[in-house]
Amino acid sequence: MAVASTIIYDYLRGKKKFPHVWCPGCGIGITMGALLRAFADLEIDKNDVVMVSGIGCTGRMPVYCDFHTLHTTHGRAIAFATGAKIAKPNMKVIAVCGDGDGLAIGGNHFIHAARRNIDMTVVLVNNKIYGMTGGQYSPTTPHTKLGSTAPHGNVEHPFDVYELTKGAGATYFARGTVYHATLLQSLMKKALSKKGFSVVEVMSNCHTLYGRLNREGSAVKMIEWMKENAVNIKAASRKTPEELEGKVLIGEMLDIERPEYCEQYEALIDQLGGRPKDKPEAEESPEPEEIKK
Amino acid sequence: MKADPQNVLVGAHYLDGNHACGEGGIAAGCKFFAGYPITPSTEIAERVSRRFPLIGGVFVQMEDELASMNAILGASWGGKKSMTCTSGPGFSLMMENFGLGLMLETPCVLVNVQRGGPSTGLPTLPGQADMMQARWGSHGDYEVIALAPDSPQESFELTIHAFNLSEKYRMPVLIMTDECVGHMTEKVVIPPPEEIELVERKYSDVPPGEAWPYMEFDGEVSPMLPVGEGHKFHITGLTHDIRGYPVINSEAQHLNTRHLIDKVKKHADDIIWLEEKDIDGADVVVMAYGISSRVMQPAIAKAKKEGIKVGQIKMVTVWPFPEKRVKELAEKVKAMIMVEMNWGQVYLEMERCIAGKCEAHLIGHGGGTVHNPEDIYNTIKEAVK
Repeated sequence: MAVASTIIYDYLRGKKKFPHVWCPGCGIGITMGALLRAFADLEIDKNDVVMVSGIGCTGRMPVYCDFHTLHTTHGRAIAFATGAKIAKPNMKVIAVCGDGDGLAIGGNHFIHAARRNIDMTVVLVNNKIYGMTGGQYSPTTPHTKLGSTAPHGNVEHPFDVYELTKGAGATYFARGTVYHATLLQSLMKKALSKKGFSVVEVMSNCHTLYGRLNREGSAVKMIEWMKENAVNIKAASRKTPEELEGKVLIGEMLDIERPEYCEQYEALIDQLGGRPKDKPEAEESPEPEEIKK
Repeated sequence: MKADPQNVLVGAHYLDGNHACGEGGIAAGCKFFAGYPITPSTEIAERVSRRFPLIGGVFVQMEDELASMNAILGASWGGKKSMTCTSGPGFSLMMENFGLGLMLETPCVLVNVQRGGPSTGLPTLPGQADMMQARWGSHGDYEVIALAPDSPQESFELTIHAFNLSEKYRMPVLIMTDECVGHMTEKVVIPPPEEIELVERKYSDVPPGEAWPYMEFDGEVSPMLPVGEGHKFHITGLTHDIRGYPVINSEAQHLNTRHLIDKVKKHADDIIWLEEKDIDGADVVVMAYGISSRVMQPAIAKAKKEGIKVGQIKMVTVWPFPEKRVKELAEKVKAMIMVEMNWGQVYLEMERCIAGKCEAHLIGHGGGTVHNPEDIYNTIKEAVK
């Protein structure tokens, strides 16, 4: 535990930005911890990271992280990150979004970045509700569940983020929970190492709003529910549909290869002889060996 | 510094305003363009998409204008000069992150080839009715810089100028052209690179750990921080302090908004660009911008032939509005006339600055085509009666 804490401190703007804005017990802190430990495991230089966010509880994550951090407008993190990645293709670019930010107002950017297969990692914290604005139902709120704008139960049905991501053309998708913190860390490592559009969906708890409205209890109780109801994708194949009813599948669900956008465009420039004559060839990627494995 | 020879298509060309605008961006060293197709601006994107890979630039067609505006901001922070183009409906969508660009103080260029509105309006026909949207279209309090070319040649030159202003003042700069200028084909002379003066981005020379992205407030321009060189800065659309960290209180809000306003107001004399003619001794002064400043020429010539003392001001920059100059002239002339392809937008500013000191006339037009010079002539005649 002590070792883990030390690692995290190195990646945080410790003295400058704390205390943070999140409610006590919020899963975003666990998510951020897993993400930073993944960076540490991969020995990625903080100076080589660009972290972009939109608006919402998760949108506040970058300000605590000691990277280049760009806090933009609601839903637009991935669009902003697209420009940053193309301008600095050697940087490790990550976008962190919530379910509302990433899939409602930012849904169009999400699917199109996946389609382009531009090299970035999206950490999508799914707490099934709009937290910062006070508990309105989101694109991942389950049918019949309560939100402050679904006081009679949600009429709509939620996205399956895996199917959405896969269908849109991403090359990597994994789902974790804030209970399975070490698994989450390893999934994030894998996503960060993937050349292409990678998504890690993090099932998180908003006990303050979603939990209270839907009588799912405290942070501890909600996180315990994840422990009891998450089924690893590897184990799921041995279970019947009835056994999987109401369960959350976790683990690595998609890992395929497709040409990456920036590399394709670089190849086009080379093919057309568009590399500036007075400048050397594109620099070698500064990513550590470990990432390439 | 001078333009990179690789980027400059030296020589005389026969180009429409949109292609010329694209060439202006390329000559200015723009290396990233994100856009979404919309009539009548698309030729800029088409030009750039063809030319960019040949010179190491990247063109990306985004999923919408919200994404386009964001992507050029991201690329700008990544160190590339960047631009986008659009027209009315797309301009509305870009307003959200035009505001983000202003708040983050991000250099980039946004071209609006104006068509008739509101809504879908007249996709293929001209208008100048987005002028107040350019000024106030994003929420909050700020000042903007907007340029209005009247020809393909000016489309080329003002795009370079827009990039220079955006780097100098570290903010998005608007080019408010229109369908007429965008689709008008004329001779465009692209000068040799050594004759194209570019303002290069100013990066901080303060070492990492001591440098912040907003060292200067009070209307002065902070140097930017480069990515990947140890600064690991934070920027946010929230009201912020010099470090770029959010500060949610009234004092910080005062500092942020005054800064964004003063950055333009303090430097208004440097930014404002007017082309004046026959102002001394004039009884009436006609003001216009973009295509309307060309359309008024036959009317002014006719009035002058009849002995009317008429001067003219072509506003190369529309925003910031030339308050000082209009106030001065209002004391001297009998009337001032605004010619614009809308029902009175920039006119409102002229009228405010005149403040009753002389007559204020609007020659409005709904768009779809340019003014009939005869209407302009008749108003000039009426004004000197």
